[in-house]
Amino acid sequence: MEALLAGIIASLTGFGVYLLLRAYTFPVVLGLTLLSYAVNLFLFATGRLTVGQPAVIGAEAAGYADPLPQALVLTAIVIAFAMTAFVIVLALKARAVLGNDHVDGRPVDGGEGGAVSHRGDAPEEGA
Amino acid sequence: MNLLVAVLIPLLGAPLVAWVAHFGRYRAAWAAGLLAALALAVLVPSMPAVFAGETLVATIPWLPALGLNLAFRLDGLAMLFAILVLVIGLLVILYARYYLSERDSTGRFFAYFLLFKGSMLGIVLAENILLLLMFWEMTSLSSFLLISYWQHRSDARNGARMALAVTGLGGLAMLGGFLLLGHMAGSYALSDILTQGDAIRAHALYTPTLVLILLGAFTKSAQFPFHFWLPQAMAAPTPVSAYLHSATMVKAGVFLLARLFPVLSGTDAWSSLVMGAGLITLVIGAYFALFKHDLKGLLAYSTISHLGLITLLFGIGTPLAAVAGVFHIINHATFKASLFMAAGIIDHECGTRDMRLINGLWRYMPYTATLAMVAAASMAGVPLFNGFLSKEMFFHEAVNFARYTPWDWLLTVSAAAAGVFAVAYSLRFIHDVFFNGEPVNLPREPHEPPRWMKVPVEILVALCLLVGILPAYTVGPLLKVAVVGVLQAPPPYYSLAIWHGFNAALVMSVVALVGGVLVYLGRRPLFRLAQRWHGVLDAPAVYLWILEAVLALARSVTRLLDTGSLQRMLAVLIVTAIAAGAMGIIPPHVPITGPVPVSVPDVASVLVAAALVAVALASALIHQRRLTALIVLGAVGLLVSLIFVKFSAPDLALTQLSVEVVTIVLLLLAMYFLPRRTPVEADTGRRLRHFLIALASGSGAGILSWAVLTRPHTPISDFFLDNSVSGGGGTNVVNVILVDFRGFDTLGEITVLALAGLGIYALLKDLRLAAPAYDILGRPWNWDLHPPIMAALVRLLLPLALLVAVFIFLRGHNLPGGGFIAGLVTAVALIMQYLANGVTWTHERMPGNLHPAIGLGLLIAVATGVFSMLLGYPFLTSAFTHVHWPFADFELASAIAFDLGVYLVVVGATLLILVHMGLMHGASHAVDVADAGAIVEPAVHPRPRPDAVADAATGGAAVSGRAPDPSLTTAD
Repeated sequence: MEALLAGIIASLTGFGVYLLLRAYTFPVVLGLTLLSYAVNLFLFATGRLTVGQPAVIGAEAAGYADPLPQALVLTAIVIAFAMTAFVIVLALKARAVLGNDHVDGRPVDGGEGGAVSHRGDAPEEGA
Repeated sequence: MNLLVAVLIPLLGAPLVAWVAHFGRYRAAWAAGLLAALALAVLVPSMPAVFAGETLVATIPWLPALGLNLAFRLDGLAMLFAILVLVIGLLVILYARYYLSERDSTGRFFAYFLLFKGSMLGIVLAENILLLLMFWEMTSLSSFLLISYWQHRSDARNGARMALAVTGLGGLAMLGGFLLLGHMAGSYALSDILTQGDAIRAHALYTPTLVLILLGAFTKSAQFPFHFWLPQAMAAPTPVSAYLHSATMVKAGVFLLARLFPVLSGTDAWSSLVMGAGLITLVIGAYFALFKHDLKGLLAYSTISHLGLITLLFGIGTPLAAVAGVFHIINHATFKASLFMAAGIIDHECGTRDMRLINGLWRYMPYTATLAMVAAASMAGVPLFNGFLSKEMFFHEAVNFARYTPWDWLLTVSAAAAGVFAVAYSLRFIHDVFFNGEPVNLPREPHEPPRWMKVPVEILVALCLLVGILPAYTVGPLLKVAVVGVLQAPPPYYSLAIWHGFNAALVMSVVALVGGVLVYLGRRPLFRLAQRWHGVLDAPAVYLWILEAVLALARSVTRLLDTGSLQRMLAVLIVTAIAAGAMGIIPPHVPITGPVPVSVPDVASVLVAAALVAVALASALIHQRRLTALIVLGAVGLLVSLIFVKFSAPDLALTQLSVEVVTIVLLLLAMYFLPRRTPVEADTGRRLRHFLIALASGSGAGILSWAVLTRPHTPISDFFLDNSVSGGGGTNVVNVILVDFRGFDTLGEITVLALAGLGIYALLKDLRLAAPAYDILGRPWNWDLHPPIMAALVRLLLPLALLVAVFIFLRGHNLPGGGFIAGLVTAVALIMQYLANGVTWTHERMPGNLHPAIGLGLLIAVATGVFSMLLGYPFLTSAFTHVHWPFADFELASAIAFDLGVYLVVVGATLLILVHMGLMHGASHAVDVADAGAIVEPAVHPRPRPDAVADAATGGAAVSGRAPDPSLTTAD
C-alpha cells in the first residue's frame, strides 16, 4: 500500500513538474494543480496510512488516524484553490495586457513557439 | 530613568520640530533649541553623583530573551560625551538658526538634527551593547539625511551615500563583533563585559571580535583606509560639519575605543592594529590638510589627522595615553567646532570656500578673524591654548612608548612630522584667509556676520582659552571622572600644568612650531610637488572602483539566474531542489527503506492507483488539448479524494471533492478567454531536458514518500486525541484542531483566502477580454445555453444543497464536516445557480456584493478570539456547554462561532472569485444575453465561416457580436 501511494505521489510530482515547465500559462496552471495534489498527499502521508479508523472520538473506535496532518491538509486544499484561482486570473490579466499567453509574455521567439501563430479564436482543427 | 528620557526627548522631538516649522521658520529653531536644552536639563541632576564617582545604570526590560534591554549608564566617560553632544549641539542649533538661508527648510534640518543628536546621545549613554549598536546605526542613517540635506546637489547626495555605505558596512561588522563579545562575556550589558577583560582577551574568539569591532570604530572615525568618506561629507551644510565632525559622529568611533578600552586593549593585536591605523591616519591627514584649497577640506583632513592622534593614543594603551586621548577628545571638539563655524561664517559671507580666492579678510571681519586665530592656534598646539596641553601629553606618550619598542624612530618622527604639518595648515588657515593680499573675485562683499551667529564661536573659543590657561580649575574634574570611566579603575598620576620643565615633549613642540612655520614659508614648491602627486592615492576612486566591481558582480549573477525566461528560472529552481534533496539520500548516509513493514494493497487500491497514474499521465500527454486535459485533471482530483476516503480522512475527501468542483468550474470559465490549444514547443531538446527534470523530481518525491512511510513515527497527535473532547468539546478531532487547538493558524489561512479573493477582484476589475466567436470546431458560439430542464432542476436543488451545508456545518465539531466544507458546499450550490440560470437571473435574487460576507466572516473569527481575551483567557480559547433542546441534547462550543467566520469567508471568497469571472463573460458579450429569462431573437445575419476571419483575440476591445445558432436558441 505504501509503495502505491509513493508511486502516486511520484507520478503526480513528475507530471506536475513537466507541465510547470511548459511555455504557456494554461499548462503551467494545470501543473501547479497536479503538484498541489502531490504535496497534499505527501503531507497527508506523513501521518501514515490508516484504514477504517477516522479521527472521530468514539467509544467503539479501535484506533484513530493521525488528525494533525489531516487538519493541515484540509486548509492546504482550500488555500491551493485560492492560489490556483489567483494564478489563472493573473494569466488572464497577462493575456489582456501582453496580448498572448506565453509565460514570458512573448509569443514566438527562438523556436519557443515554433511556427505556430498563436491566436485565440483561430480554429486550429477541423475548420 | 532620566537617561532614557534624555535620549527620547530629541528623538521624539524630531517630528514635533518638523511640524512646528509650519508655523514659522525660526520657531523650528526655537523648538529644537528648547528640546536640546531640556534634554541637558534632564541629565544635569544626575551629574553630581557621577562626579562623586558613581556609575548610574538604569535597565528597562525590552527583549530580555535576546539580551536586548533599554539599559543606559552614566559614568564619567558617558557624561563627558553627553555634555559634548548636548552643549555643542545647543551651540550649533543657535548657529544654524542664522546660517540657513531662506530657501532651506528649517523644519527638515532641525528634525534631522535632533534625530541625529538623540541617536548620538543613545550611543554614549547605552549600557547594552546591542542598544548601542542600534543607536550607532541610527547615527549612520540620520547623518546620511544631514549630509544630503541639500538634496539638489549631486556632491551632497554622493557624499551622503558614501558616508552611509562606509559607516553602514562598519556597523555590520560591529554587529558581528558585538555578538561575539556578548557570547564571550555571557551578557550584552557593559557592566558585565567591562569586568571580564582578562577572560575575553584570553578567549579564542578575541582576535576576530577585535577586528570586527575595530572595523566599526575605524569606519565611523574615518581611520585609514576608511578616511575618504569624511572629506566627501563636507558637502553638508556647515552646521552639520561643525557638529558631526568635531564632537559627535566621528567621535563615536574613538568613544567606542575608549568604552571598550578595559576589555580589548593591552594585547599585541590591539596595539598593532589601533596604533598602526592611528599613526597612518595622523600623518596622511596632516599632510593632505595642508594642500587643500577648500577651507572645509582643510578642516576635514585636519579632523582625520586629529582622530588618528586620538586613536594612536588609545592604541598605545597605557593609562596615561588614555588620559591624553580623552583630553584631546575634549580639546579637539571645542576648537574644531569653532573652526568649522568660523569657516561657515566665511563661506556665508564670501559665497566661496576656496582659499585661493579668499584673502585679506582681516579688513572686513577682524572680530571673526580673532576668534578663528585663537581656535587655529589651539589646533596648532600653541602654548596657552588647550590644544597645546593634550598635544604635549601626546608627544610625551609617543616618546615614552617609542623607547621600549622597535617602532621608536618611526613613532617619534611621525609624531613630530604630524605636529609640523598641523602647525603649517593652521597657519595657512589664518594667513591665507585673513591676510595674504586682497580677495580675488569674491561673489559677495564680505562683512561681519549677525551678532548671534558669533556667540557659539565665542563660547567655544573662550573655552579653548580657559582650558588652555587654567586646565586644572576648568576641565580637571570632568577629565578625571572621564578617565575613571575609560579605565574603569583609579586614574594614574598626571599633571595638567602648562610647564613641565625642559623635556623631550617640549623639544618636539618647539620643533613642530618652528618646522611648521618653515614649511608654510616654503609652501610654494611643496604645492607644486603635491600637484604632481595629485591623484596617486585617490581613495574615493578606489572606493568607486570597488563599488562598481561589486555592482558588476551582482549584475552578472543576476543575469545568470534571471534570464527573463520563466521556464529556465523554474528549471534552475527545481534542479537545485532536486540536488539539495539528493544529498540527503546519497547511499552512505541512511538506507532509503525504513524498518516498518508495509501493508499489502488490495485490488481496489491498485486499480485506483493505476487509474490515477493513467489520468495524470494523460493530462500531461494531451495537455495541448486544453479542454480534454482539464476534464482529465478533474478525474485526478476525484481519485485523490478517493484516496482520502480509503485512508480514514472523510473531512479531506469532502473538502477535496467540493474544491474539485469549484476548481474545474473556475478553470473552465478562465479557459474561455484563453486559446483552446497550446502550441507545440518546437525545441525538442528543451522538452527532453524538462522530461528528465520531471522524471528526477518525480522519483525524488516518490523516494522521499517511501522513506517517510516505511519509518516509525511518534506523532504529537495523541495530545489532540486525548484533549479533543475534554478541552475542545468536539469529537471530530480534525475540526477541533482547526477551530480550537490551531485556531490561530486557521485565522491566518482564511485571511489568505480573503486576500486572494480580493486580489482577484482587483485584478478582474476593469479587465476586458474578447470572447471567442467560434468554438474549437469553428462553429459560432451560442450564448444562450441555459437549458430549461437543468435550470429548473438546479433551482429545486438549491434548498436541498443549502440544507446539506447547514447539516455539515452543524455536525462538523463532532462528525466529519465543519465550516470549510459547508462553505464549499454552499458555494457550489450557489455557483450551480449561476451556471444553470445565468448571472443576471441569479444576481436579481442574491446579494451581488460579496465583500461584506468576507469582512463579516473575518470579523466574527477575530471577535471570537478577542472575546476570550476579554474574559482573561488567551486569544481564541474556546468554551463549550451542553444545551438542552426539547428534542435533542447537544454540546455547543464557542468554536462554532469561529467556524461560522470560516464558513462566511470561504463562501464569500469562492463566490467572489467565480462570480466576477462569470461577470466578465457577460461583459465580453455585446449584449447581455446570458439569461435564461430573456427572449432571444433568432439570428438573422449568420457570420461567414471563421477560417476567413482573422479575429482579433489579442486582448483588445474587439468584442464579438452575438451569433446564436438558430437551432439551439431557447426561450422560456
